[in-house]
Amino acid sequence: MTTAIAPDKSTSTGSKKLVEMSWDPITRIVGSLGIYTKIDFEKKEVAECHSTSSIFRGYSIFMKGKDPRDAHFITSRICGICGDNHATCATYAQNMAFGIKPPAIAEWIVNLGEAAEYMFDHNIFQDNLVGVDFCEQMVKETNPSVWAKAQKTAAPHADIHKYRTIADIMTALNPFTGEFYREALSMSRMTREMFCLMEGRHVHPSTLYPGGVGTVPTVQLFTDYLVRLMKYVEFMKKVVPLHDDLFDFFYQALPGYEKVGQRRILLGCWGSFNNPDVCDYTYKNMGNWGKAMFVTPGVVVDGKLVTTDLIDIGLNIRILLGSSYYDDWEQEEMFVKQDPLGNPVDRRHPWNQTTIPRPQKRNFKDKYTWVMSPRWYDKRTQEHLALDTGGGPIARLWATALAGLVDIGYVKSTGQSVKIYLPKTMSLPEVEFEWKIPKWSNCIERDRARTYFQAYAAGCALHFIEKAMAELHAGNTKTWTDFKVPDEAIGCGFHEAVRGVLSHHVVIRNGKIANYHPYPPTPWNANPRDSYGTPGPYEDAVQNTPIFEENGPDKFKGIDIMRAVRSFDPCLPCGVHMYLGGGKVLETRHQPMFGAAAH
Amino acid sequence: MTESNVPYGRKTQRPSPVKEIHILWITAGLGCDGDSVSITAATQPSVEDVLLGAIPGLPKVHLHNPVLAYENGDEFMKFWYQADEGRLDPFVLVIEGSIPNEKIKAEGYWAALGTDKKTGQPITTCEWIDRLAPKALAVVACGTCATYGGIHAMEGNPTGCMGLADYLGWGWKSKAGLPIVNVPGCPVQPDNFMETLLYLLYQVAGLAPMIPLDDELRPKWLFGATVHDGCDRAGYYEQGDFTTEYGSPKCLVKIGCWGPVVNCNVPKRGWMAGIGGCPNVGGICIGCTMPGFPDKFMPFMDEPPGASVSTKAISIYGRTIRSLRSITNKTVNKEPKWRHPKPQLTTGYHPTSYTPS
Repeated sequence: MTTAIAPDKSTSTGSKKLVEMSWDPITRIVGSLGIYTKIDFEKKEVAECHSTSSIFRGYSIFMKGKDPRDAHFITSRICGICGDNHATCATYAQNMAFGIKPPAIAEWIVNLGEAAEYMFDHNIFQDNLVGVDFCEQMVKETNPSVWAKAQKTAAPHADIHKYRTIADIMTALNPFTGEFYREALSMSRMTREMFCLMEGRHVHPSTLYPGGVGTVPTVQLFTDYLVRLMKYVEFMKKVVPLHDDLFDFFYQALPGYEKVGQRRILLGCWGSFNNPDVCDYTYKNMGNWGKAMFVTPGVVVDGKLVTTDLIDIGLNIRILLGSSYYDDWEQEEMFVKQDPLGNPVDRRHPWNQTTIPRPQKRNFKDKYTWVMSPRWYDKRTQEHLALDTGGGPIARLWATALAGLVDIGYVKSTGQSVKIYLPKTMSLPEVEFEWKIPKWSNCIERDRARTYFQAYAAGCALHFIEKAMAELHAGNTKTWTDFKVPDEAIGCGFHEAVRGVLSHHVVIRNGKIANYHPYPPTPWNANPRDSYGTPGPYEDAVQNTPIFEENGPDKFKGIDIMRAVRSFDPCLPCGVHMYLGGGKVLETRHQPMFGAAAH
Repeated sequence: MTESNVPYGRKTQRPSPVKEIHILWITAGLGCDGDSVSITAATQPSVEDVLLGAIPGLPKVHLHNPVLAYENGDEFMKFWYQADEGRLDPFVLVIEGSIPNEKIKAEGYWAALGTDKKTGQPITTCEWIDRLAPKALAVVACGTCATYGGIHAMEGNPTGCMGLADYLGWGWKSKAGLPIVNVPGCPVQPDNFMETLLYLLYQVAGLAPMIPLDDELRPKWLFGATVHDGCDRAGYYEQGDFTTEYGSPKCLVKIGCWGPVVNCNVPKRGWMAGIGGCPNVGGICIGCTMPGFPDKFMPFMDEPPGASVSTKAISIYGRTIRSLRSITNKTVNKEPKWRHPKPQLTTGYHPTSYTPS
């Protein structure tokens, strides 16, 4: 079987021996993603990378003219693993546009549902999808010497998680047959039960509405959630040290591994878990209630926190057209010229976007993607920054740690780290975990942060359930606030989808949706070069990733590239395409057929 | 396995006449992968029950689903090419996502999987269906997008997408004589799908007759009843007790629930492990399993047009019944009068062998 046609053969540097390698589809993610690379096997690094996805659905088009109350039901269907994040974000935007504040207990119920989603989704992605890249079968096939070393390396926390060596952890991660793989899969079901208790159904919730929830708050509801939560807390007490052991081992076994998937620290987090004591969903107060979120919104550039103000964050979002199959909207209508505070709103802001698809042949020299390039405009430098989400957790923990605003008993931001305190469970005592700001934004640290954020979400859930039960015990069981849909309004919602920043931007006219643009995390992470020529985050991260795999071109599996890409938790139903590098191919090889038996 | 190393010398495992079977799962329709994610929640049976041979009598099952696969890229795609060449037999083809209309434009693609080696262009999902459907033992549409078009086939959509049976034809039969099997749901209820798959595997193994399907090609045992038939709030409906606010435990039809006319077993079965669902837990039924979804149910939060008549009619009967029942309810909430600590026995028994002195 051969690889695809070279994306660009017109130029060459004349000296490098580059080999084309492609993986299409990249599996164990949600959605369709293909990675086309050129690899320099002499230098052992990726010289060039194109990434492509191949689905267009057109939400922004078919939502026009629809009832704005339907937005959360519709947008949930954007994503099959974090659809509820979309539904939640859509209700946030509805609440703002309709001018409603839900009762506090509704907010706690939503927070409990969303916490369960993080606990579920990070868990299944980390240990059933990403984990396979670190399993015995994979490591044996890609780095036999690492496998040999793993067998001789004792796991530092074996007393807690019971896997004696690093090799034992890897074996436990083998798909379906591995003990920990199956335990994680089973745990992903229990956390989804927790989710269903609060939001009705996974992954497209049935009980979320503008104005609150349909969930009936009862003693039983919270008991059913709490007993499951405590089982998860016990599970995380083993999983955090297990992953620390595994990830630390990679740095130790493969010196230089920190370079895999590394890029400049440019992280965005739009905040998660609204605090009903502060949040009134008004645009004017958004800066304040954004700072009261239990995951702090923030933009982190080169390790420094630039802002935590959601108004600032929102206004500086820019959607650029790079190399995608759309016509520009420069000539189209401006829907929102000023925000409610009188600030000018840019033409390239999602409120003012018009989506005009133009399907055409894929041409890597011109247009080859359905995805646009979201950027964050940095006023200080006037740059359009290609922020990434690092798959979500690393950006959330980083922004929260630096902001120093969260302290709710079970989780605490220290200004340099995030501490997580978990209570006694059936067989394990109280523990304290500390996520410290890492030296790099790279593959391993994105993956490590994911595990810590699972524990963070569990800690938050313990706080939320106490708050929810206090409301219940006080007799505050009304979960919904009535409202009228205004004829004219604008709204925006900011949330953290599991894999990173999520914002919804709605314009209502004549009581109908006049414009609706959702911006999920994957377009931020996996976009192509924009109109300024700035490459997207995957491009930095994959290009110049060193190759540690021991296989040569003939048996190459690209495991280091796979790990780098998966560390961003790609979630492609929104469509992702990417182009990288200047085009420099000399030698085209067929992709080797691998003999691995199908499972 | 020889007789001697079988406990009690008795064989409990009957070999399947079909030794191995492949499941090729295309997620590259216009979808969200939510159905693939959903089936990882199934426990009746679970994916691992089926793959690891925990259900007796089944052939060895090889699953090729992009969300769960060990392999990447060509290593993963080789099964698709083998199936196309007739070298992967037998296989069941599962389609997830709605089928775009690639004929409505001059060039380009709406949905694709892999790249054509000759042209360098992506291979459209439609082309894969054209290649593989005729060679499959059975074709299953998983989720409402694949079955009937679903959310992406909403009015005003730019892709002209549709359900699999709209694409292949409603009378289409597989080479083994099976119609398309539709398991709708947005997303599909986890156990509904895995149970249907299990049925088909039983059928392949000769352990079950032809799968019973209704006119919309749904398994009859799953979609024969309405949401309302299985809803634990139907009692409120019967008594004409309707809420006008979300968050109430009462019947939701006046605030947008379409349960009385929607074929779906979710309130009865729950979403997973009996937990969750829609109207049973406070979510209006928006008809997500139905061929008419979503347009015929929008705007979702309005009372369905038919409900105003039916709720008026039921309210006359319902309120009367409710007040009568409330009287009876008060009665049965009281213990019989002979349960007391007084020195007299008033149960109706007249003792002859013991009396107070």
